[in-house]
Amino acid sequence: MLYREVGQYKTNYAADMAVFPILQDRIGIAVILLVAFVVLPLIGNDFLLNTVMIPFLIFSLAAIGLNLLTGYAGLLSLGTGAFMGVGAYACLKLTTFFPQVNIVIWIIASGLFSAAVGALFGLPSLRIKGFYLAVATLAAQFFLEWCFIRVPWLYNHSVSGAIEVPLRKLAGVPVTGPTATSLTRYLVVLSIVVVMTWVASNLVRGRIGRMWMSVRDMDLAAELVGIRLLRTKLLAFAVSSFYCGVAGAMMVFLWYGGAEADVFAIDQSFLVLFMVIIGGLGTLIGSFFGAALIYILPIALRMIPAAFGLPIRPAVAEQLTFVIVGVLIIVFLILEPNGLARLWQIGKQKLRVWPFPY
Amino acid sequence: MDLPYKIFVDPFVQMGTSPDLLVQTLWDGLVAGVLYSLIALGFVLIFKASGVFNFAQGIMVVFAALTLVGLHQHGVPAFLALGLTVVVMFVLAVGVERLMLRPLVNQSEIILFMATFGLTYLLIGLGQLVFGGDPKVMIAKELYLPHGAIEFKGLGGFVSLQKIDIAAAVIASIMVAVLAIFFQRTRIGRALRAVADSHQAALSVGISLEQIWVIVWFAAGVVALTTGIMWGARSEVSFSLQIIALKALPVLILGGFTSIPGAIVGGLIIGIGEKLGEFYWGPLLGGGIESWLAYVIALGFLIFRPQGLFGEKIIERI
Repeated sequence: MLYREVGQYKTNYAADMAVFPILQDRIGIAVILLVAFVVLPLIGNDFLLNTVMIPFLIFSLAAIGLNLLTGYAGLLSLGTGAFMGVGAYACLKLTTFFPQVNIVIWIIASGLFSAAVGALFGLPSLRIKGFYLAVATLAAQFFLEWCFIRVPWLYNHSVSGAIEVPLRKLAGVPVTGPTATSLTRYLVVLSIVVVMTWVASNLVRGRIGRMWMSVRDMDLAAELVGIRLLRTKLLAFAVSSFYCGVAGAMMVFLWYGGAEADVFAIDQSFLVLFMVIIGGLGTLIGSFFGAALIYILPIALRMIPAAFGLPIRPAVAEQLTFVIVGVLIIVFLILEPNGLARLWQIGKQKLRVWPFPY
Repeated sequence: MDLPYKIFVDPFVQMGTSPDLLVQTLWDGLVAGVLYSLIALGFVLIFKASGVFNFAQGIMVVFAALTLVGLHQHGVPAFLALGLTVVVMFVLAVGVERLMLRPLVNQSEIILFMATFGLTYLLIGLGQLVFGGDPKVMIAKELYLPHGAIEFKGLGGFVSLQKIDIAAAVIASIMVAVLAIFFQRTRIGRALRAVADSHQAALSVGISLEQIWVIVWFAAGVVALTTGIMWGARSEVSFSLQIIALKALPVLILGGFTSIPGAIVGGLIIGIGEKLGEFYWGPLLGGGIESWLAYVIALGFLIFRPQGLFGEKIIERI
């Protein structure tokens, strides 16, 4: 009744192909943006912004990056963590050399370095497919991780071997470093994520996205209709790594405020892969759902015993979280193998015919 | 001209002048390779029969070893504990088949892969919950595993071989032989190979897929238990073993996902290559290259043989 496109006539192609062709969708996205940009900063406390929203957005961006590669181009990668790391270290080097330049520019630019590295390690993808490729990307993961530890130049020769985020200001307000408030960091992260999601949604609907999808569905056939495999696959690796790199730079500069190499370990790669698959392969909105579920679920689970005053030791709670998350993943895959995005679609369809389903 | 000398000449000169070190390094590589092979074997068994890339193999190793040690700590005699652990692995196999694989039948590979991730989390949590997360000492003595070392003089120095490593190599060979006979000679083995060839054809001649899956998961569980005992006896039983299990992945792509001999040969190549590389070329790069060398070796092989050394030829149809 409320969500129905009946009567919304499109008079030209551009209107028909708009990102949100349905009025209700446009209203919905406007409300979400309003909540994210205005309401949350007004009502949100430090915990909500710093522990929930900032990581959620950053993981969403990383998941979008991996989704472009795995969901749209069909190339399985386990090197996400390392590509995120490349972004973070590149950002550190850039802002060390040119401290006067706006940090947001460097966060975006560091994605370019990540993209270059990603394209380099994407080269084997022309010959290798499926799980073989996944293991090949592990080479990238472990090699880059080793570089992060063994090349002191990357972390500015700091004694601890960790990235120390310097203080950088944007229009006089500290954005990174210890004095930056969580509110400023949240707004910067949110803006970057919104813009990059918008870019990604246009990318996958256009020529490039269609090329990726045809390669995913059958690369041999795609080649026969004139798609250059090497270029398309490398582009997928580059764009995906760009997104991951920006996510990694934001993770260190706008969330942790300092990090060691083990932040970008293999666990991180798996975590992002979880989000992509649970959220739904080949859907952008699924990346947000997946990030929300995988990242926020353990936080919520940890808070449950405290909320009910149950006497559970933190260690036991941690182990129970592992068990519950594991079981939930399996149950979820059995119930809805196509991910949360599919549930969302089913829900929308139900809304369309409500209250008179036929 | 210094660097090419250090890369191409110096290591070989070192090998020539001190053969004892070379033999020692080769032996270390061989032993590491045997253990990688064992983990890879578990992967291959399951992948062949069900097409599932079982990420949980690594944690199954830890879980099996933990169960064994944990039972013994609760006062169960060593060999009874061993038997009980085998039972636990069987229950796990049945559980996985009933609750995970059967509802997920006909799903795409990546979904099944994901599901084994869920299983990994579940086993990590369960293992820590029941047996505690702290590292444990493997009950090597109670299981009559040898300890100590044999030392050889000669070759311009001496070479020491740990007895437990020799035992590991022997047991691994026996297990591979038993598995080979099982696959080639028995009724179930033939059924397994039929399933590996084609699920539908196997079904149509009356082979029960469910039964076969329980059997392969159980076999993989027993392989995991053996690996856990051997690796545990060399160092200790802890959850960090799970990371080492990732090393089995380059072994797999080197040997091919579907080949048991491939898993063995791949394991040995990776083990030896990695130890030689670390010992002779590692210092040039500042050490620690063991962590990624295996993957790069495998990647190099893959560029030339995308299906691994022994994998089935990939035929693509439109």
